[in-house]
Amino acid sequence: MDSLALVAIGSVVAAGICMGLGAIGPAIGEGMALARGLSSMAQQPDETNTIVKFMFVGMAMVESTAIYSFVLAMILLFANPFWNYFLEKAGQ
Amino acid sequence: MEITPDVIIYAQWGAFKVNATLVFTWGVMLLLTGFAGFVTRNLTASVDMNQRQNLLEILVDGLLSQIRDATGHDPERFLPLLGTLFIFIFTSNILSMIPGFQPPTGSLSTTTALALIVFFAVPWYGIREHGLANYLRGYIQPSPLMLPFNVMGEITRTFALAVRLFGNIMSGTMMGAILLVLAPLFLPVVMQLLGLLIGVVQAYIFAVLAGVFIAAGLESHTTAQQETQNAGSVPAKE
Repeated sequence: MDSLALVAIGSVVAAGICMGLGAIGPAIGEGMALARGLSSMAQQPDETNTIVKFMFVGMAMVESTAIYSFVLAMILLFANPFWNYFLEKAGQ
Repeated sequence: MEITPDVIIYAQWGAFKVNATLVFTWGVMLLLTGFAGFVTRNLTASVDMNQRQNLLEILVDGLLSQIRDATGHDPERFLPLLGTLFIFIFTSNILSMIPGFQPPTGSLSTTTALALIVFFAVPWYGIREHGLANYLRGYIQPSPLMLPFNVMGEITRTFALAVRLFGNIMSGTMMGAILLVLAPLFLPVVMQLLGLLIGVVQAYIFAVLAGVFIAAGLESHTTAQQETQNAGSVPAKE
């Protein structure tokens, strides 16, 4: 039970840290991309369609780094291999 | 709470399990092939075509122009592969709005399979274009020291392609499920709108990146060929 509680605490804390830290970088990056995109749209309104297209594509690629953190957090919370292992040990 | 549709099992014969990913993948495939067959049975070259043929013509034209933009090559060669990738991912992402539909792209097995197709398509097109020796020579550009980095780069970008699509779609469905528990009625609808946008953008990105990778596999070796042709005149980079 002790190890089980440790695994549970560790998993939840690690998931929170992972999601929190993993969201900072992409958020800053996307904010910068959005700022530059808006300023270039203000300069060149005719090119808005192209700018928006490439901005969204680039943003989605930046976003995927945050998504990696999210996937890791979800695995830690809902599909944790260590958790299942210790549950099996406790069941025996 | 299922993190992937792989764990929803409908039937099982021994080691072979029919899970939700398989079922919905075949469902999307049947839908697409059925629709395409239904439309292409009576194609016409005249102006008064039906709406379905018009839809497909717009789709193919748009795909061709996008592939030309992404690769810089003649798009006809890449249309079967990239177009199929785009349409399949797009359809399964869009259909995830239907309640009870588990998007097959929200499973890591599907996305890994699609990314592996891209992984092997790059040398396929490259070798057909330049021959085996010239293609392999592209790995030691600009110097043989870069060989492990080039190989690692190919593997990691394939992995990133798979995880990006899986993570985006899985996070969309998970967010929807979690919000449905916490705040039903309104918030999930907003998240689903966002999920629609993300699904379309991810399908587009997957196809465009596959095209970019294939084009890079074609490009890097043309420079290799030129360098071997005028090897005497070009000083080797240290």
